[in-house]
Amino acid sequence: MRIRRSFGEISFHTLNYAFFILFTFLCVFPFYYLFINTISSNDLSARGLVTWYPKEIHFENYVQILKIKGLSQAAFISVARTVIGTAATVLCSAFLGYLFTKKKMWARSFWYRFMVVTMYFNAGIIPWFVIMMKLNMTNNFLAYILPTIVSPFFIILAKTFIESIPEVLQESAEIDGAGTLTVFWRIILPLIKPIAATIAIFAAVTQWNSFIDTVFLMTDQTYYTLQFVLYKYLNESNSLAAIIRSGGTANIDLSKMQTATSVRTTVSMIVVIPIMLVYPFFQRFFVKGIMIGAVKG
Amino acid sequence: MEPVTREELKPARSGGILSERYRLFLYALPFLVLVFLFSYLPLYGWIYSLYNYRPGFKLSDTPFVGLQWFRSIFANPTQTAEVGRVMKNTIAMSSLGILTSVLPVAFAILLSEIKAMRFKKTVQILTTLPNFISWVLVYAIAFALFNVDNGLINKIMIGLGLQERGINYLATDNHTWLSMILWNTWKGLGWGAIMYIAAITSIDQELYDAAKVDGAGRFRMIWNITIPGIMPTYFVLLMLQIANFINNGMEQYFVFQNPINKDHIEVLDLYVYNAGMLGTNFSFATAVSMLKSLISIGLLLFANKLSKWVRGESII
Repeated sequence: MRIRRSFGEISFHTLNYAFFILFTFLCVFPFYYLFINTISSNDLSARGLVTWYPKEIHFENYVQILKIKGLSQAAFISVARTVIGTAATVLCSAFLGYLFTKKKMWARSFWYRFMVVTMYFNAGIIPWFVIMMKLNMTNNFLAYILPTIVSPFFIILAKTFIESIPEVLQESAEIDGAGTLTVFWRIILPLIKPIAATIAIFAAVTQWNSFIDTVFLMTDQTYYTLQFVLYKYLNESNSLAAIIRSGGTANIDLSKMQTATSVRTTVSMIVVIPIMLVYPFFQRFFVKGIMIGAVKG
Repeated sequence: MEPVTREELKPARSGGILSERYRLFLYALPFLVLVFLFSYLPLYGWIYSLYNYRPGFKLSDTPFVGLQWFRSIFANPTQTAEVGRVMKNTIAMSSLGILTSVLPVAFAILLSEIKAMRFKKTVQILTTLPNFISWVLVYAIAFALFNVDNGLINKIMIGLGLQERGINYLATDNHTWLSMILWNTWKGLGWGAIMYIAAITSIDQELYDAAKVDGAGRFRMIWNITIPGIMPTYFVLLMLQIANFINNGMEQYFVFQNPINKDHIEVLDLYVYNAGMLGTNFSFATAVSMLKSLISIGLLLFANKLSKWVRGESII
């Protein structure tokens, strides 16, 4: 009896561990595969001969790739929208979250609902596009920033957090003559760092990963993001070949000459590396964010 | 140091030209304007569905056609067939999404049975990573693994003698729905389980101890304690999924679409994009887009009612 039960136990645990090892492998291996292809001989990787481990290691691709026309510009746009967009979203969420805790505000609950309700409807993509066009948001860097500044979900997070701060702190500052803006800047902002970090990390990942807005709004290459350029490289092998030829890599040996595969894998790595660097350290912020959100509903 | 004047010692007054009520509102105003511009103003774009609009023309120069586009969805056989096909894809993807919504639950329960903390943490971090990459990158991975020229899977299959030559797995319309739901699961399973893992941790440990004393085995405890414990979380997420039944987004389908799999991959949003932005049928696309928005608001209210009725709590 005892033996049979422990046999069941052992096989359950073995299967369970096996499942998680397999699924974790499936989640990690694609990234590893892309990476070993970027640092192997370009000739071998183009022929699909780099499978389990890197061959003839070199790091030329990461240097060469930035010389491709348009790619460094796209990297610049991606970084700019992530940095500016994140800063703007965090500040706005904190500020509006703070203002909406002020019971004295004129028609406060109406305006709060006016904002929150936008989480639950949208006009549809075509009407949205028409209005973006009318607002001059096509081929305009601001289109990456302005629509993302006010994000109801983040404002709710900030508001809930600020409400948990003892009001005495604000009141004593107000008695000392500090105005709303001073209280916000000097008292509130320093106190809400934990929730600000959560918002920042979510906003940054969203900005970095944004793709569809470029598809709709940008026809001018100046405003292409890394995500969009990567998409183009994956789909347009002809234009990719032209880009590679224009790179003028004639005097480099075959193992380091850029190929469609090397360009695609290297750009993919450039897009994913920031996420990989940031993610493990900030995982708890992600988890916290989704939990607070869930409680709030 | 400057001497402190009488004025500065006075408490802040709510007076001045504006009372504090309106001053607070004015601080918020610029942001409320942004909300209006980017969330409310697009509703005005709905009037394009009443015209025969061509991009590049002024709206007033294009003919007013009334409800013609709405009628044509049901009256024009070609368009009825098109919309029917797209609705079928949309419903299929959402239904598969609802069917697979039990996978994160299973994932969380199985992971909670593992007692090696380090292993558990590592699994959690590594399996949630795919959730934070873009769909473009998922497609880049799909491309690297499945493309016809040098894709890993083709190389392995040929190496094992299971295939004679490369197969273009991406440009095929076989199993399009299945492959979409698989990529979806690959990306979202680990992250989807996070909420349930937290719900399991918050279950009272004494319940398990008591059950053990009563001689309950592992599966009994899962069935009688763990599953009832995470049911509320599952229910809320299920309601949200029902509310978003026709909003399956377009990014995933946009990056994976090609002329060959178009018939089965075009969900509503993607169809609206293809018809309105790439095709010439701008006003028709607006009409479809508008109907979709109305239906999804209806679904949200329905899910909310259902939630109130079943659990006495609303989801919005």
